[in-house]
Amino acid sequence: MGSRRRDIPEINAGSMADIAFLLLVFFLVTTTMDVPNGLQVALPPMSEEPPPDSKQRKREVLEVLINAGDQLLVEGAPMSIDRLRQKAMDHLTNEGADPTLSTTSTKAVVSLKNDRGTSYDMYVQVYNELTAAYNDVRDEYSMREFGKPYTKLSPGREKEKIKQVKEKYPKKLSEAEPVSLGK
Amino acid sequence: MAKFKKDGGRATPAINTSALPDIVFMLLFFFMVATKMRDRDMKVKTAIPQATEVEKLVKKSRLNYIFVGPPKDGALGTTPRIQLDDAFASVDDIQQYITLQNSKKDEKEIPFMTTSLKADKVVKMGIVTDIKQELRKVNALKLSYSALKVSDE
Repeated sequence: MGSRRRDIPEINAGSMADIAFLLLVFFLVTTTMDVPNGLQVALPPMSEEPPPDSKQRKREVLEVLINAGDQLLVEGAPMSIDRLRQKAMDHLTNEGADPTLSTTSTKAVVSLKNDRGTSYDMYVQVYNELTAAYNDVRDEYSMREFGKPYTKLSPGREKEKIKQVKEKYPKKLSEAEPVSLGK
Repeated sequence: MAKFKKDGGRATPAINTSALPDIVFMLLFFFMVATKMRDRDMKVKTAIPQATEVEKLVKKSRLNYIFVGPPKDGALGTTPRIQLDDAFASVDDIQQYITLQNSKKDEKEIPFMTTSLKADKVVKMGIVTDIKQELRKVNALKLSYSALKVSDE
């Protein structure tokens, strides 16, 4: 007699694809590919000493206030949010032309103050506009100097150019300590 | 004399599907690796605002999350609450939470740790300001206001 080993029947792999598809669909559905996006902020370090007196530099500071009713006050005058970006850009690129705005771009500061009752949405909108103003003036400057917008400069090869733009328009966007501005 | 075959005799050969499971498995593994199962149970609603100037936060491992928004459970009212990890928290817990999270990281990474603040649109700045002050106290100075990217035009 020959060996008594029975032949193992071949496993039918035809449904393998089906099973794999099922798993695939499950993972497709559960995957969330969201990349976290956000407006980057650098908070000032906590210090005990009061901030330096800014009386003499009043001209350099563009004051932006948002009250509890989500209304905007720029340099003491009400303004709609659509015009904020242009105003901030004017301030940054003034170079001493307008006596109410900054003398040089390197000294220009934008100060953002809000009330405790300001809505987060409004605050983010305003912050976004001010960030946009900085990005726009940097782009413009970079375009003039290097023929390329700032965002397109490569961090590897064009480090010097990026540094130069950053020095020309340093991002001095200060978020003040909380105050109560009332209605 | 078989010079001419019968017309229309060219039957399409059956497509070889034996490699199909391989392809599907490849895709499957890709999604398995790319999937991150939701590890947090959201207790607050966070409908984040929209903005145009958002930047991507590349390294997810260098993020701490703080959620602020009205509770999902309507019985808890509509006052915005803070959520850290899986539970409601108060402003005083933030310092401890950030310190704890940072202690799990490599020391070299700590200066690059960013706090991602996911706050609902309806949240008032009072609570956000308090959070910012707490973050300054623990020297977690990189903050990101989480927002949806919308195009400029």
